[in-house]
Amino acid sequence: MKPFGYLRAATVEEAARALAEHPDARCLGGGTNLVDLMKLGVERPGLLVEVNRLPLDTVEELPDGSLRVGATVRNSDLAAHPLVRDRYPALSQALLAGASGQLRNAATTGGNLLQRTRCPYFQDVSKPCNKRTPGSGCGARVGTHRDHAVLGHSDHCIATHPSDMAVALAALDARVELHGTEGARSVPAAEFHRLPGDHPERDTEIRPGELVTGVVLPAATASLPSAYRKARDRASYAFALASVAAVLNLSDEGTVARVGLAFGALAHRPWRATRAEEALRGGPATPDAFAHAVDLELRAARPLRDNGYKVELARGLALDVLTRLAGPTRT
Amino acid sequence: MDSSPHDHGADGTGGAPPAAHRSEVTLSVNGKPHTLLIDHRRVLLDLLREDLDLTGAKKGCDHGQCGACTVLVDGRRVNSCLQLAVSLDGREVLTVEGLADGDRLHPLQRAFLDRDAFQCGYCTPGQLCSAVGVLAEAAAGHPSHVTGPAAPPGRPVALDAAEIRERLSGNLCRCGAYPHIVEAVRDVAP
Amino acid sequence: MTGTGSPLGAPAERREGRQKVTGGARYAAEHPLPGRAHAWPVPATIARGRVTAVDTAAALALPGVLTVLTHEDAPRIAEPDDPTLAVLQDPRVPHRGWCVALVVARSPEEARAAAGAVRVEYAVEEHDVTLRADHPGVYEPDTANGGNPARREHGDPEGALASAPVRVDAAYRVPPLHNHPMEPHTSTAHWQGDRLVVHTSSQGTTTVRATLAALFGTPEDRITVTAGHVGGGFGSKGTPRPDVVLAVMAARRTGGPVTVALPRRQLPTTVGHRAPTLHRIRLGAGTDGRLTGLTHDVVTHSSRVKEFVEQAAVPARVMYAVPNSRTLHRLVRLDVPTPSWMRAPGEAPGMYALESAMDELAGELGMDPIQLRLVNEPDREPDSGKPFSSRHLTQCLRDGARRFGWAGRDPRPRSHAEGPLLVGTGVAAATYPVLVAPSTAEARALPDGTFVVRINATDIGTGARTVLTQVAADALGAPLDRVRTEVGDSDLPSAPLAGGSSGTASWGWSVHDACARLAEALAARTGPLPEEGVTAHADTTGRADADSPYARHAFGAHFAETTVDRVTGEVRVRRLLSVYAAGRILNARTARSQFIGGMTMGLGMALTEGSTMDTAFGDFTESDLASYHVPVHADVPGLEAHWIDEEDPHLNPMGSKGIGEIGIVGTAAAIGNAVHHATGIRFRDLPLTPDKVLAALAG
Repeated sequence: MKPFGYLRAATVEEAARALAEHPDARCLGGGTNLVDLMKLGVERPGLLVEVNRLPLDTVEELPDGSLRVGATVRNSDLAAHPLVRDRYPALSQALLAGASGQLRNAATTGGNLLQRTRCPYFQDVSKPCNKRTPGSGCGARVGTHRDHAVLGHSDHCIATHPSDMAVALAALDARVELHGTEGARSVPAAEFHRLPGDHPERDTEIRPGELVTGVVLPAATASLPSAYRKARDRASYAFALASVAAVLNLSDEGTVARVGLAFGALAHRPWRATRAEEALRGGPATPDAFAHAVDLELRAARPLRDNGYKVELARGLALDVLTRLAGPTRT
Repeated sequence: MDSSPHDHGADGTGGAPPAAHRSEVTLSVNGKPHTLLIDHRRVLLDLLREDLDLTGAKKGCDHGQCGACTVLVDGRRVNSCLQLAVSLDGREVLTVEGLADGDRLHPLQRAFLDRDAFQCGYCTPGQLCSAVGVLAEAAAGHPSHVTGPAAPPGRPVALDAAEIRERLSGNLCRCGAYPHIVEAVRDVAP
Repeated sequence: MTGTGSPLGAPAERREGRQKVTGGARYAAEHPLPGRAHAWPVPATIARGRVTAVDTAAALALPGVLTVLTHEDAPRIAEPDDPTLAVLQDPRVPHRGWCVALVVARSPEEARAAAGAVRVEYAVEEHDVTLRADHPGVYEPDTANGGNPARREHGDPEGALASAPVRVDAAYRVPPLHNHPMEPHTSTAHWQGDRLVVHTSSQGTTTVRATLAALFGTPEDRITVTAGHVGGGFGSKGTPRPDVVLAVMAARRTGGPVTVALPRRQLPTTVGHRAPTLHRIRLGAGTDGRLTGLTHDVVTHSSRVKEFVEQAAVPARVMYAVPNSRTLHRLVRLDVPTPSWMRAPGEAPGMYALESAMDELAGELGMDPIQLRLVNEPDREPDSGKPFSSRHLTQCLRDGARRFGWAGRDPRPRSHAEGPLLVGTGVAAATYPVLVAPSTAEARALPDGTFVVRINATDIGTGARTVLTQVAADALGAPLDRVRTEVGDSDLPSAPLAGGSSGTASWGWSVHDACARLAEALAARTGPLPEEGVTAHADTTGRADADSPYARHAFGAHFAETTVDRVTGEVRVRRLLSVYAAGRILNARTARSQFIGGMTMGLGMALTEGSTMDTAFGDFTESDLASYHVPVHADVPGLEAHWIDEEDPHLNPMGSKGIGEIGIVGTAAAIGNAVHHATGIRFRDLPLTPDKVLAALAG
């Protein structure tokens, strides 16, 4: 870790200005991933802009019934928040399925979104990685890649995004709020993270000088049945092999009125299953319909040598979660 | 540690950000205030071990993957290896050295002895501090991955064995004392 | 020797427990030494070749950096017996992760930053790190670890197998595994004039001292090595590792105290690993279940640095009555890090394979797997023909079956489901040899009525301090609180390492003898003791290492209940219950902790722990604790460890067998057998992670 300067920002504007003026600056929230990567030499910021004392540490209900989550709200507090548990159970479940109690106490909403892949080649500066060092090659392709992407990967990068929370946000139609020197904007959570394409070094759509200020959970998915399920190598404290977040609301007739489905650990970003959703919308909420829709989505999968199991795993998780959300009478 | 003419606190707002690589930080550790001029790279774990000779918090992995460094900051358990000390100005830190009241052990410390909840002892300070945090979190109604969906938000969560196991899963123990640690925490949990 | 109320066997609380729960116990990096510097090794980033240049200028220019040691300028050391200790002596790179430079700085942050600034150039050679049973480099070594013959044959195994009415022929694979003690390998060294003081995380400092004396040309009486508290080892700290050599070199260079605390990510390539083992087991049996033929062929790897052969076929020489057998170890030397001891080397992977194969044979026979073991119980050790000093495997199996509720089990695979969970139960046997080594000890009676026992035993978490105090109190006829035991310092009377489950037997023997002699001396004298007290010594050389006419082993039986999630392929252990016959249990409390600790590591071996040799880059993909999955709390249910009262007069004065390793032996087989019972699918490749299980369930 090289020496760095430190700024404790008092306002969002000050933080944005510092980020804009110092291209090698990084925001420090909980530090659970950034400090880890700095120790590994993967991140080498010249300046840290601490955002912990910005007024972004609350969860507030907005007049339209949506819920605004500040960027520095800790993962554990967000998971425990009564309104989140009540209205967006998938989000609470996703948060609690991730990391450890200690890490969730420190990690922030914004930091969770901005965490980097746990690809071992990205984390090892002695090995090639196009995400860390563009043009150096992809170590994972020639090396070990049981944990890597089956959807949306490119020749340059097969990394997955490690967040559980972001998968739930994508399914729940949340939006990510950003603030830069040009002002504020928001993007759908499902589009906040990118696919690697030719530029795997860019994880997200965040622009230089911008910081995440919060996440808005929409009224439209509030209190709808939602759930998150994750499969992993050990019973706790492990990244997902695959995960699913789903929101499912049925009409009085039992057809699918609203559905949001997203996969985790399959791609460079939380994978919003839009094809599956389209296939389900307005149709019956039956196991056959779910299977048809999920298969339609996963048809795009391009497994690598070691990770073909992920397709079957994701399929099983999605069918299980959708079936449970549809309720016992529908099966 | 050398002092540099450019050293100054990092509380400055506005203007050019501080270019210095060190700052003065004041924090309370086990009730005692400390003011130190620290390298920005220093994490709380190294501050405790190197600057204060409080070696109870252990360096097992230095990357938030084992929990041996767990301490409480403002009453919340965190991995001290990932907390930059410069970010903790004004915070209160509680380490394993601060759990006992003089010669009177904390009930969890007593229970760990009674249950033989450790062998080599290297994960033990982290397990203890983590358990202190678990008791507080459960009392405050924080759910876990295994808490049932019917558990009412905001109400204390009863700590059965499954809850304790899930909540302590961020603390590895290679000697395999887990069953005894769970028994010890159950002894103390309400 | 002992009556009722004896301190021996009592569940005495750990002597150092209070220090450990209050944070007061000091480990190797935690001794306050003013001006202590921190060192950070620079690992090789190629799998094979030579260092052609090391540019240290940028590193030396960084603030706080004191020095950088390279192969060109590091202090020369004598050629070590263990070539993995010959660090920074020459430019060769035998494997990725080999230490090619050492940065020493005032703070750990400065050392780490400077290590990243050292520029190393290499001449790269082609590497080969892929273990295959048909690798052209496979050869048969003379011996395997522990001095075991690489090959043993009895009768005509091929003929017996060919004519057997019931046969099993199966291949199993155990991946590389990492010890990962919670305290990484750490050493602090300080030269005080011509005296060397070292605090190290080691399982035995007598050996560390001898090694350092030889390497640095310093007489042993000028070297003190302490290991007062050690954060686990599990074999990987059994002998000195590069950290201690590097620390002494750095301290010699800088003149001040230096700590080398290996970064966690460097452990897999630096401190040894359990070598991967490829097993082929063939069993032939009559329709009555009696074994007629057995072969256990093992292929494993070692590095180019030294030959280490995981003795995985050895337990087949002990377990079952079979007239025709072959047990064979073969090896291929690759450009891999050097393997070494990990808890129950040989027995742990070997019994996974053997006890899985026995379960397969029970299936072929349609026989209960416990019954199969009972009918193959030998009356003498099959390989040596020696009688057993004691063998209570059948009692362990029967007692375990009763406690577990084995009776009434539906033997049909995949016969029980609970919603999406397939549920199954399995059994496997365990064994571990009784090892014991000569030791010395001293016991002193003081005028105040207390006793001091001095011995360079090491308490790596086993409770050695406590148990040796119990042994002493028992022999002295004194209450526990009158006896103080000093361990973990090479200035104390020499003693062997904490390894091979031999510590308590070896140390306890000499402690017992010293205390018994002291008791005699005290009984023979009258009047007050002199100020310096009365001292007795013991040395068990010639007795502890004498050949025994008996085959001496501990045995055990594991019972597991597992669930397999049909949706995810996730396997979880719901119950794990074991019964051991391990001689006399000297401390019920610490013994139980050792047993369940071994079982937990066995659970990890079965389900979560696996390391991958990255063929492209030549190191382990799972190099940290986020990717190498040590079991967490949530993986481990309430384990049950029981034991039977076993009296064995052919062991040592305490009548004890080792208990540190048997808990891991066979556990993975019991779990794997339970998974077979749950799913009807036989997995033969550990660990049983969702990727493999789901693929098989779907297939």
